[in-house]
Amino acid sequence: MNTYKHLLKSITLLLLIPVLYSCGGEESSEPRSTQPPVEEPALTEFELEHGIGPVTEPIEIGDIDPDLVTKGRNIYEMKCEMCHNYQGRMVGPELGNVMERRSPEFVMNFILNPSGMVREHPVGQELLREYMTAMPFQNVQKDEARAIVEYLRYYYEENN
Amino acid sequence: MDNKKSNTLRGLLFGAGFIAIAAFIFTGCPSQQRMLDTGDAAQKVYVAPGEHDEYYGFFSGGYSGQLSVWGLPSARFLKVIPVFSQDPETGYGYSEETKPLLKTSYGFIPWDDSHHPHISQTNGDADGRWIYINANNTPRIARIDLQTFETKEILELPNTGGNHASSFVTSNSEYVIGATRFSIPYEMDLDVPIDSYSDEFRGALSFIQLDPETGMMEMDFQILVPPYNYDLGRAGKGPSADWVFFTTYNTEEAHTLLEVNASRNDKDYVAAVNWKRAAELVRNGAGETMSAEYYHNYYEGNQGIAINDVKNQVTVLTPEDGQDFIYFLPTPKSPHGVDLDPTGEFIVAGGKLATVIPVHSFSRMLDAIENRRFEGHVENIPILDYDATIIGEVENPGLGPLHTEFDGRGYAYTSVYISSEIVKWSLETFEVVDRIDAYYSIGHLMITGGDTKNPDARYLVGLTKTAKDRYLPTGPKQNHPAQLYDISGDRMQLLLDFPTIGEPHYAQAIRADKVAPNVKQIYEMEENDHPHALRRVADNRIERDGDVVRVYMSSTRSHFRPDNIEGVRVGDTVYIHLTNLEQEWDVVHGIAIKGANNSEILVAPGQTKTIKWEPTRTGIYPFYCTAFCSALHQEMQGYIRVSAADSDVPLTWSTGGN
Ligand code: HEC
Ligand SMILES: [Cu+2]
Repeated sequence: MNTYKHLLKSITLLLLIPVLYSCGGEESSEPRSTQPPVEEPALTEFELEHGIGPVTEPIEIGDIDPDLVTKGRNIYEMKCEMCHNYQGRMVGPELGNVMERRSPEFVMNFILNPSGMVREHPVGQELLREYMTAMPFQNVQKDEARAIVEYLRYYYEENN
Repeated sequence: MDNKKSNTLRGLLFGAGFIAIAAFIFTGCPSQQRMLDTGDAAQKVYVAPGEHDEYYGFFSGGYSGQLSVWGLPSARFLKVIPVFSQDPETGYGYSEETKPLLKTSYGFIPWDDSHHPHISQTNGDADGRWIYINANNTPRIARIDLQTFETKEILELPNTGGNHASSFVTSNSEYVIGATRFSIPYEMDLDVPIDSYSDEFRGALSFIQLDPETGMMEMDFQILVPPYNYDLGRAGKGPSADWVFFTTYNTEEAHTLLEVNASRNDKDYVAAVNWKRAAELVRNGAGETMSAEYYHNYYEGNQGIAINDVKNQVTVLTPEDGQDFIYFLPTPKSPHGVDLDPTGEFIVAGGKLATVIPVHSFSRMLDAIENRRFEGHVENIPILDYDATIIGEVENPGLGPLHTEFDGRGYAYTSVYISSEIVKWSLETFEVVDRIDAYYSIGHLMITGGDTKNPDARYLVGLTKTAKDRYLPTGPKQNHPAQLYDISGDRMQLLLDFPTIGEPHYAQAIRADKVAPNVKQIYEMEENDHPHALRRVADNRIERDGDVVRVYMSSTRSHFRPDNIEGVRVGDTVYIHLTNLEQEWDVVHGIAIKGANNSEILVAPGQTKTIKWEPTRTGIYPFYCTAFCSALHQEMQGYIRVSAADSDVPLTWSTGGN
């Protein structure tokens, strides 16, 4: 009785193999043709310029706020400096002049969503190819990222 | 040769026959191997890749001294948490932070034998905050934090020999208990003849108070009891929540060949202790303060170096007439486990040598106390009348019943060692309703959510002592097995049989959703209170103070800072304080130095760990990251130059700037 059941099961399995095989390595076992073709999600104008992440609207930038600079510097020295020089390449790109290259929103999104940036943003993809180490999320909150931006703005103004 | 072989064979056959016959005689019909149709069993334990198990299983390591963590029902092995033994894989017991955890009044001890993990409880349910586990050999209890799965505290128990009846917590984690298995002279370091046993030796029952916020332990008091072997314990539940229970054997007070000499009495005792009453007596000034020496090891902050807080006093309560906090319940015969059912009414003892499983009733016990139904006293401890407390005797339980757990649906499950089976019996009729084989020689068993008021009894795990032919052979000594049974239906079904780590004695399982959401992914750098932490990358440096050299080093994928060091001399003691500056889950760095008489250390994200190194030869010492942390992991290395003791090479360090 049992053996018979097993046999039945094995046969069903055998029958299933070609079906499964045609599915390839997709996550779902549905035949491929029934799935809509996966499209690269097109980036919005905003995302192209300011990056992908929790910052989705332009932020307010005014005169440099010295308190925010101090806060930003403390976080930067604890969580960023080991991988970035102000001038010259290290683990990651130089950041002394990053505020010239990128918008504040872009920098914040890079800090807050580094893995998303290197996966989905053309600039991030390019940087990963160049540096071959994925920048980690350093457990930085949004207001802290904002403070780092203030510090990098200050640094840039002081040194240029 | 041939002759010998066939003799062995005959012996084996004879033995097997004997067991079969014995099993038959003692149990009526033998238990059987019962398994679901293999496909169904596989499906029940199948957890798809990327999915998680429903339960965490915490298995004691026995002679490994550790605690292993498993996902159930799949039996995925998750982790070994080092507790009482050094672990070179993580650097536990080798790093400066953790070495103090293994200090005792006997010095540094690299090993112990861990038996009974028990999860902290709130209102009689496991709350998943901490897990306590006992060291049997050099008596201690450890607390493991279930946010980090790390050992955070170890308390030594004074005046105790073999802390086996431990580390069970009361139903609101008020106390965790310990006890003497091998009675010894109570006074510290007393040097007396062994045959003064009955006069000089005593047992101690330990009541360790727990801090409700931190789970930290503090030795509150010990109860001095007659020189028996106190074997296992359990706390009451519900109506019996103010009580804890211990089994005793060797009421014969033997000190040699216990196998024979401690098996003479028909009954030994279950000791019932009203801990609340005892604690009240102590608060009101009962008991005396005795000198003792024991270590309490713990961390003062989030991180840092464990400290040794050496205690030199303990409060001891010696039962006096009329104090009404401890009673003996006569129980057949050399009982091992004592287990309380979820309602707190039934006290089940596993009499290793008994032919029945005796079940005491808690409410009857209270009546017997009320009505003074005493058979006598030992050392001021009233012995209750057996007939007054007993409510049932389970017949035909098999040979050598040991431990019992409950499903909360009216059934009990007892492990039976000699006949190697699990018997299921009714708490209403006290009759056996089902039995199933264990492979081979079962010790403890555990039910998911067990030893609580509300067991969610889906599965039962049997922890067996020998594997023999169960798996691919791995030499004369094989790892200990465990079997997973489905107990959701009327009959037990074997689902899985898997080898474990060490020798699990007791184990506990808790629903994963009570633990997983609280598990930490990183140590937050902002909260790193280690005295030698690097809080800023730029602070990396080296300090020399005489022969002591401290390297404040950081690691980030994929470099150390500093990574070129000169000016270390032969004869120096070098401490490398390595702070992992990563803040991403599971990005771990390690460090190993050529020739160091020490282990590596692994450092979790945001953590600081210290390795001590005493170079004895001049030369260039490479060091490297032992954890594959990034694409450029192979580049994560450095050099230390060691010069002669009298050299004047200045102390310098650098990173980059080739
Ligand atoms: C482990 C090394 C590492 C750490 C730590 C790190 N980064 Fe990066 N960072 C990189 C790498 C590498 C890249 C290039 C992109 C990639 O490969 O992921 C990068 C890219 C960037 C960029 C984009 C630069 C550009 O030219 O567009 C910014 C901005 C940045 N990092 C800021 C930070 C800040 C701020 C911190 C601290 C919160 C930080 N990084 C922490 C490695 C790191
Ligand atoms: Cu590394």
